[in-house]
Amino acid sequence: MSHQSDLIAENILAYLDQHERKELLRFITCGSVDDGKSTLIGRLLFDSKMIYEDQLAQLEAESKVHGTTGGGFDPALVTDGLKAEREQGITIDVAYRYFSTSKRKFIIADTPGHEQYTRNMATGASTADLAIILIDARYGVLTQTKRHSFIVSLLGIRHVVVTVNKMDLVGYSQERFDEICSDYRDFVSRLDLPDLHFIPIAALHGENVVDPSVNMPWYGGSTLMNFLESVYIGSDRNLEDFRLPVQMVNRPNLDFRGFCGTVASGIIRQGDQIMVLPSKRISKVERIVTQDGDLKEAFCPQSITIVLEDEVDCSRGDMIVRPGNVPKISNSFDATIVWMGSDAMVPGKTYLFKHTTQTVTGQVDSLKYRVDVNTLHRTPAPDLQLNEIGRCAVTLSQPIYFDPYRRNRGTGAFIIIDRMSNTTVGAGMISDRDSAKHTSAAWEITDEQSETGHRSVSDVTEAERTARFGQKAATVLFTGLTGTGKSTIARAVERALFDDGRAVAVLDGELMRRGVNVDLGYTVEDRSENLRRSAHVAKLINDNGLICLGAFVAPSQSVRERVADVIGKDRFITVHCTARESVCRQRDTKGHYAAAEAGKLPNFPGVSAVYEPPEEPDLVLDTGDLSVDECVSAVLELLKANEIIR
Amino acid sequence: MNSYNLTHLKQLEAESIHIIREVAAEFKKPVMLYSVGKDSAVMTHLALKAFYPAKPPFPFLHVDTTWKFKEMIQFRDNYVKNELGIELIVHINHEGLKLGIDPGENSEKHTEVMKTDSLKKALNLHGFDAAFGGARRDEEKSRAKERVFSFRDKFHRWDPKNQRPELWNLYNSRVNPNESIRVFPLSNWTELDVWQYIYLDKIPIPDLYFAKLLPVVQRNGTLIHLNDDRLKLRPGEVVENKMVRFRTLGCYPLTGAVESTATTLPEIIQEMLLTKTSERQGRVIDQDGGGAGMELKKTQGYF
Repeated sequence: MSHQSDLIAENILAYLDQHERKELLRFITCGSVDDGKSTLIGRLLFDSKMIYEDQLAQLEAESKVHGTTGGGFDPALVTDGLKAEREQGITIDVAYRYFSTSKRKFIIADTPGHEQYTRNMATGASTADLAIILIDARYGVLTQTKRHSFIVSLLGIRHVVVTVNKMDLVGYSQERFDEICSDYRDFVSRLDLPDLHFIPIAALHGENVVDPSVNMPWYGGSTLMNFLESVYIGSDRNLEDFRLPVQMVNRPNLDFRGFCGTVASGIIRQGDQIMVLPSKRISKVERIVTQDGDLKEAFCPQSITIVLEDEVDCSRGDMIVRPGNVPKISNSFDATIVWMGSDAMVPGKTYLFKHTTQTVTGQVDSLKYRVDVNTLHRTPAPDLQLNEIGRCAVTLSQPIYFDPYRRNRGTGAFIIIDRMSNTTVGAGMISDRDSAKHTSAAWEITDEQSETGHRSVSDVTEAERTARFGQKAATVLFTGLTGTGKSTIARAVERALFDDGRAVAVLDGELMRRGVNVDLGYTVEDRSENLRRSAHVAKLINDNGLICLGAFVAPSQSVRERVADVIGKDRFITVHCTARESVCRQRDTKGHYAAAEAGKLPNFPGVSAVYEPPEEPDLVLDTGDLSVDECVSAVLELLKANEIIR
Repeated sequence: MNSYNLTHLKQLEAESIHIIREVAAEFKKPVMLYSVGKDSAVMTHLALKAFYPAKPPFPFLHVDTTWKFKEMIQFRDNYVKNELGIELIVHINHEGLKLGIDPGENSEKHTEVMKTDSLKKALNLHGFDAAFGGARRDEEKSRAKERVFSFRDKFHRWDPKNQRPELWNLYNSRVNPNESIRVFPLSNWTELDVWQYIYLDKIPIPDLYFAKLLPVVQRNGTLIHLNDDRLKLRPGEVVENKMVRFRTLGCYPLTGAVESTATTLPEIIQEMLLTKTSERQGRVIDQDGGGAGMELKKTQGYF
């Protein structure tokens, strides 16, 4: 059966020993029947001799009836599962295939390229370590290639191998292969795909699948099978954040109380201090129990039973973590949702959300935007239809314990169940951005993911502007509480730069509110919207080659991050202005603090709202201690250090 | 095992234990379908691990067609019932028994009445809302698409076109009254994984899997063992004593033996790996109804 048949025949114990040590690799194959996806899988199974003789005989018989190779062996038929599908000539659901080589055991999630692709691909991708994306060498990067890559990125698959298939039909041209690789790289630079590989193959003939191709001597890389056997996936798991969602309490008698669960991430050792959520009770791990004996330590994805030193209240749905490393605890969060139900997702409707071992009711408060899976454009939408993907704000009836999906698949994923039909209608991935702090929907409808990127499309190039003005365009945000001297310093820096012959503009929060933002008040949403519009103005100023100095309170870290995204992180500088409260109040000639304390200025940072200091400011200026000139010098030094001015 | 990596078998084990615990935690009345075969043996072993030091918090159900190998019944009673002390429900379709169907003569009818119907009746009788089965996706083509949590309507039917999406390890266990979920904790195991796990963990299995000298007849290209005196010989059939073993266990008139000298687990695995016929070919019933035979049976409620 296997190409290891010699070892099996000669020394079965050695073979078993080898097999016992194998790792598991799960991968998904993306592409349509036309790209030769089924042929490729058939080829992997066939060439690794995973097809039995009787199955082969049946396939050969079926090749004559359904095959596309004129009666010859059609490897594609290996993977077509159900009778109706064989007749239609398409695969319409997720099917799982298994094979192993001397190095690894593989599980393939085979998903269709046509109907229901989003739903099925998301399903297959949810457990995959790696994705194979098939491209037909004749057609290159198509819309569906982009769609597949987007979903792969969305579901957090780190390793992608792009197989350019049907190389035989383009004369095994290296030029064509390079062109496709380059096109693909251009496209995916906007996605989060950290580990990318390209292999030219001809699946029908098995070239570069298991055995190297003699027709592509210019290709020096490994065959697909070699690659699958050797790609390093060990660092994909999160071993840092210990999370044990409690599945059940095991209590056979009064002397034993164990908490059972699958370690979602991290490592736990006997004797470690732990904390139980939501009670926040602290205890220690007394034992890690398995039938094969107690363990000294356990890690993801082991299924374990923990006994604690103290009698702590803990039941299904709770989570055991370390006291110094706690997930977010909240009943509201932002998530990207893939809709899988035949009835559309309606904001405000109550659904069941299953997350780790908890199932709670909740709703999607708002659909911020829908992503077109073909173009990646974001558009406002009233609902999500079957196979659509959207960014949503979710509120649950009780808090859950979660991490961003990007950091932790196990605690960042959830499914949505319809309460009436009981079917699974959606799958969600929790975002690392917190919706509560910037509810202004317009943030989301930006052009940042579009084809042109965020820079201007003027005939005058950035280099020309740099040469003319003798500077690089950038925005400096002076953020801080009212009275910390933001505007004063911004104006003083403006003077210094201007006198030095630089082109500079100032955006002052107060002045912005008198013109562009005259319609906005001081709610959290309006403050966020004020910053969003100002960020776009700053971006335009930078696009035109000028240095922009912005003086805004900008109290929210997440909003400042969004501002940086709009302007471009590489040309955004944060200066945090601080001063003692008494100094701020003394400088407050307009009586803002007094008005806020009297309740006339709601959401006033420092009084009735929180000011979050920047997590990583480029510069902190204590304007109570430093003179204006000292502050200006420090800012100019910073601009020089960042090569914005010389 | 270095740097916090699990071998594939340990990973499969962890996944299966997660599934078994999830069912115990979320369903009102689960049951483990026990067929005495090697897959059931692995499933039993995983259930013991999942709840150790407690016993599995659900009963086992064996649908006895009355035509099982007698060694299977002995093994079932000695090991599961007596040694492990697990609550064992044995269900026989007594009404069906009155029809007196000879499986050797009418295998399709026998399977439908004594297995499929009997299973449905047993599930209805006890009101089980979840039933574990030992099926694996690598066994047969239509199973490759089966979910781990596979929804069945109130008639126990499977609708391959309308399955619930299944993502991550988040299983949807919601059912209305009289509906149920078939749960397949071994979905991602292959035949080799099962055998290797039995070997590594020294899991008890019936002796029928090991080769020994047994009386058999050649029938429709397979070797049928005369397990008792109910098997009627057809004209021209000659009883021979051969060294044989069984790759799967079921109703003895429907289960083909293979000639073999394998008397140890490594020898069985060696033989399995070097043999070029897939596991279920020894079973007569899969071939009923052409290439899509199993798929048809499953939509009707067969496992």
